[in-house]
Amino acid sequence: MITVTNLRKTYRQGERTITALDDVTLSVPKGSIHGIVGHSGAGKSTLVRCLTLLDRPSSGSVVIDGRDLTRVRDSAVRTARRRIGMVFQHANLMDSRTAAQNVAHPLELVKTPKGEIARKVGELLSLVGLAEFADAYPSQLSGGQKQRVGIARALASDPDVLLCDEPTSALDPATTEDILTLIRNLTRTLNLTVLVITHEMHVVKRICDSVSLLERGRIIEHGPLQDVVGDRTGSLGKSLMPLPSTAVNQALPELDLLLVGRSASAPVLSELTRRFDASVNVIAGTVETLAGSRFGRLRIEVDSPRPLSEITAYLEDAGVHVEVAA
Amino acid sequence: MNFLDNLFENPGITEALPEEFLATLQMIGISGFFTLMIGLPLGVFLHTSSPGGLRPMPVTNRVVSDVVVNITRSIPFAILMVSLIPLARFLTGSSIGPVAASVSLSIGAIPFFARLVETSLRDVTPGKIDAALVMGSTRLQVITKVMIAEALPSLIAAFTTTLVTLVGYSAMAGIIGGGGLGRLAYNYGLQRFDTTVMVVIIVIIVAIVQIIQFIGDRLAQRVDHRTAATAGAHRSRQARRAEAANVVGV
Repeated sequence: MITVTNLRKTYRQGERTITALDDVTLSVPKGSIHGIVGHSGAGKSTLVRCLTLLDRPSSGSVVIDGRDLTRVRDSAVRTARRRIGMVFQHANLMDSRTAAQNVAHPLELVKTPKGEIARKVGELLSLVGLAEFADAYPSQLSGGQKQRVGIARALASDPDVLLCDEPTSALDPATTEDILTLIRNLTRTLNLTVLVITHEMHVVKRICDSVSLLERGRIIEHGPLQDVVGDRTGSLGKSLMPLPSTAVNQALPELDLLLVGRSASAPVLSELTRRFDASVNVIAGTVETLAGSRFGRLRIEVDSPRPLSEITAYLEDAGVHVEVAA
Repeated sequence: MNFLDNLFENPGITEALPEEFLATLQMIGISGFFTLMIGLPLGVFLHTSSPGGLRPMPVTNRVVSDVVVNITRSIPFAILMVSLIPLARFLTGSSIGPVAASVSLSIGAIPFFARLVETSLRDVTPGKIDAALVMGSTRLQVITKVMIAEALPSLIAAFTTTLVTLVGYSAMAGIIGGGGLGRLAYNYGLQRFDTTVMVVIIVIIVAIVQIIQFIGDRLAQRVDHRTAATAGAHRSRQARRAEAANVVGV
């Protein structure tokens, strides 16, 4: 499990002091996947580097499995790092090593016996589906295969925590899907605690249980996935389930609806048509099942003899969040 | 006397050449060995102690880099060699001969090689070093298992270049007392206008350079797995074909 408390990182750039991370607090319970999203420059990379102590945080604490990494000596940091597996955007495999040798790398560092290494490496490569590529060099592997080797290497030291820094950002959509499924399955089977740093909302929707939005070094929204998507005030929900672009039509009143869970499954619109003698036209919409709940985001045009306020009141009663489109 | 007869009868070739040839090899061998032993760690230090390196030591790095390496490198080799004669005498007990010349040859080549090592190591992507650190590597493990291992093809190429440079330096060292092919060329070719000896020496020196370059290139290729084309280059053709089929078959 990972707990980050009041993490702050500042850099000096000549005269100026740049705050890359500002009071970041988050915690990821054991066995779950937490996503951290943000635009480039939001501080995502700095956060990962601070979590692994590649950069020393200016203040605050990083507690992984009950050990505060910011308070221990260099040699203890190395030991603690072995409890963390890390997956990089570009896999960062050693070109001079074969797939098997790359996976063996973390084990060599702690003088694991040869036989033990061979057994473990075989297991891990089969786990990521690359058993027959043990002797291939990274230059002979595709991007997705490299990332699988990277994941196998990250798991070699039997870590409790997996940090994924943009794990799929360099991959095509089909490979992205494979890698995400792999991470999801491994999390379940090995009971890992996973932190995924990404700028792709798609990744969050596919595998995360909870999510934080990082902006200018601060976490401005966070929570379990269904809460965040169901929060009509937040921007994270809108980014996770964006409406297809539409032009606002001036002639008829338009409403933005957010349907969550039960209301997303109920026939709210046909009920609306019947009760208010209205003709309803869906201009844009998206319905998805995330983390086991159904969510819908719709923009509708309403033409009804009854006042709009009655319609919104009815919808709110039915558990639908309504906003009048500007 | 025609050229061929001269080739087998000229005392400069039949008597002096074998000995001087060995002296040249000796100079290149000794100085090559010390250049590798001292230049490699020095190059690693230059890289790791630089700002943003594995263990930044700004002041020491500045001193070693600017003072030691740059000053030594900016002195023309002939002058460096003459000025190092007292040191050679102190270390080897003699100021002439191939062993003494190896001292100044090493000192001339070490900074050169160290710079090449530094440049090679700089080309190892920082991501690989991050990956190794996150695995829990010590700094020494990062240096040996990542930096040197990953830069090996270019380190071998750098050492090859250094050895070839040493061949040239050794000829120069011959003139001021080092012995070897350089002295032979000077004594016979320049002072006696003996063209035959001159031609033979040039051919031998070119051959030495070619052989060093050939072996260096081969070795570098053998350890280079950075692109798919070179990854299997040292294996048998058949194995390579089977492997290619494997990769394509996915």
